[in-house]
Parts: sequence; structure tokens; C-alpha cells
Amino acid sequence: MKICITAQGATPDARAEERFGRAPYFIFMDSATESFEAVANPFADGAGGVGPKAAQLILDHKAAALISGLLGGNAKAVLESAGVAMYAYRSSGSVRDAFDAFRNNTLEQVK
Amino acid sequence: MKLAVASGKGGTGKSMVAANIAYALSQTGPVTLIDCDVEEPDLHLFFPAPSTTCDVTVRVPVVDESACDHCGKCGAFCQYGALTVLPDRILFFPELCHSCGGCTLVCPKYAIREEPRRIGMLGISAPLPTLTLITGTLDEGSPHAVPVIKEAKTQALGGHVVIIDTAPGTSCPVVEALDGCDACILVTESTPFGLHDLQLAADVAARLGVPAGIVINRSDGKDGETLRFCIDHDLEVMLTIPFDREIAAIQSRGDLLCRERPEWQKDFSALYAKCRALAGVDT
Repeated sequence: MKICITAQGATPDARAEERFGRAPYFIFMDSATESFEAVANPFADGAGGVGPKAAQLILDHKAAALISGLLGGNAKAVLESAGVAMYAYRSSGSVRDAFDAFRNNTLEQVK
Repeated sequence: MKLAVASGKGGTGKSMVAANIAYALSQTGPVTLIDCDVEEPDLHLFFPAPSTTCDVTVRVPVVDESACDHCGKCGAFCQYGALTVLPDRILFFPELCHSCGGCTLVCPKYAIREEPRRIGMLGISAPLPTLTLITGTLDEGSPHAVPVIKEAKTQALGGHVVIIDTAPGTSCPVVEALDGCDACILVTESTPFGLHDLQLAADVAARLGVPAGIVINRSDGKDGETLRFCIDHDLEVMLTIPFDREIAAIQSRGDLLCRERPEWQKDFSALYAKCRALAGVDT
């Protein structure tokens, strides 16, 4: 299963980013193989509508779940419609910390 | 002659200046006053009168799902994220749409048509025989003020004397209101905030090529910094209105300075004459 985590840098050791649409990077972690893919967010400096655009990017990468801090209404609507599960991670740890918290079932699901 | 009243900082007295110029000029000829502060129009408070209204609409896409194969071209084209294409359907966020029409052009299946969507309204009234008031009002929750401002300005086409009250600030609504005006008045006050935002507003007017002059409102007499800025930037201070309890009281009752204290009429008429000179229009 592919999980997307919003990040400040391009590796799992980077800090997890609170913002969704303007996160500098999206890190896609594969829970089966432990491998990851980092995608620089092309919408990070966009003028507007970055939430749904970033959500489309998450869909294009076929992530089953998203871990981020803050999600706007439009992005949430897109991900919800596409059946992507959303989880809130608001601690100041790394991408890997967020991923571990997700695997230990300690993250709150965003509804 | 199309004259805009702008300010940069909010609450400096744009509407007060616009309303009083319009009133003073209406004593000698026809005037059209347009309230382009569409998020918070207030000129109708000075000029209560029954108005006729009409809707302001923008065109937004409607997708025919039976013709759409979810190729994603429209979503990829939209710079504002208004269309998101899922494998089995399209999500449309009307408040993000800028009505550019691009999605209808890029759709290879011709599955997108446009329909009008209401975002605000115009009110048109005649509070005095020689004064027409056009009020643009943006609907709550609607983020795009510009189409309402554009529509309000269109209604005054062919007008003789047109006075346009703008929103505060220096963003799109102000740019749209100033665009095409022959001159503008920038209203400021004797505070550091007033001066700071005046500098921004003067810059916008200069970049738009609209000649600007200054009105200092609520002056406490300590306008040195503002005057220095005006001299440095070749901006004429066309009128100074003192910080005065009686003026504040008139204003707070929703009355007009020029009606309650008719001696002010010549000051506001002279202000208009200076604006004509600014614009290079012969009196």
C-alpha cells in the first residue's frame, strides 16, 4: 500500500510538513517494500487552488492514504470522493516518525 | 470625466469624499456615482432611495458526464484547481473558477458547456434628480469582486461626470476600479498607517497611468511626513479636511457635509476642478 506524507525535504528523514497544498515535497512510502519516492510539489508557490491540484497529484500517484497536518475543504472533497484515507499528523517529527505512527495506528483519521 | 476615489488604508474617508463631490456637483449638473467597494458598499447610506436591481453573473463550466471520458485535459489546463478529474467523475469548485473558458476549449469531446452563475448584484437608484447611484454588491462567500466592479462600471458608460468609490487596499478590486479612469483622488490621514498605505496606492495609480492627487482627511495639522512624501513624488494636496468633531457627527448620522454645511460645496467643487486639471480636461 502506498502512503503519501507531506514533507519539508526529499527524504523520509526530513521533517513532516503541516500544510498540504503548499508542502514542499510529497513522500510516497510503500508499506510492503519500505521503499519511497519523493515528488517535489509543483504547486507549492501557486497563486490559488493549490489544494485540489495537489490532491490530483496524490491521486495520480495512486496513494491509498495521505498523512498531513492541515487539509483544506476542497482538497478534502477531492480525496474523499476518490476514497483516499486521510490522517492528521501534527507532531514535529520526521516523515518516518509519521509513517511509524500511522503503522502503529496512533494517527487520527480526518473525516 | 471618470474620477476614482481610492486610499490604500481603509477608513480614511473615501466614501465621504466621493459622496460629497457627487453631491456638490449634482447641484449644477448630472452626476453618476458608482460604489465599487462591492464587498462593503456604503454610499447608499448617504443617499437612501429605492433601487432597481439586476444580477451579476459569471460563466462557469457544466460537464456533460455522458460525453466525458475523464481524460483529465480540463483539470490539467485549469490553473486554479477548479476542476479535478477522478477516474469516474469530475469535481467542480465554483469558487475557484476564474471563468476563463479554457476548459471548454481544451475538451476533445466537447463535453463542457458554460452556464451563468450569480456572484452579486447591481442596484441602480436616483436619490436626487441629477444623481444616479450605482451600487455593486458581491454575494457573501463569493471570492471574485472584479466581475461585479466591471459590470457596475459598464452601467455608467456614456455618463457625463462619473465618480467611482473604490475598495481600500491595492489589490485586484482597486486595480479594476481605477483602470480607465481619467484621474484619481487618494484619501489619506495624518497617521503612519495612512502614509504607508498612501505610498502603495500612489504606486498602483502611477503604474496604471492614472494621474493622482491627494486629500488629507481628519488632519490634526501634523501632516509634515505626508506633505514631504507628496512633494517628493510630485503629488498635489488638493484638499485638507480638519479633524473636527462637528464633521464627524455629521458623517456619523449618515448626513453629507456639503448638505449640512453648504460652505463646503465650493471646496468639493474646487477639488473636482483640480482633478479635471490633473486629467488634462479643460474646465
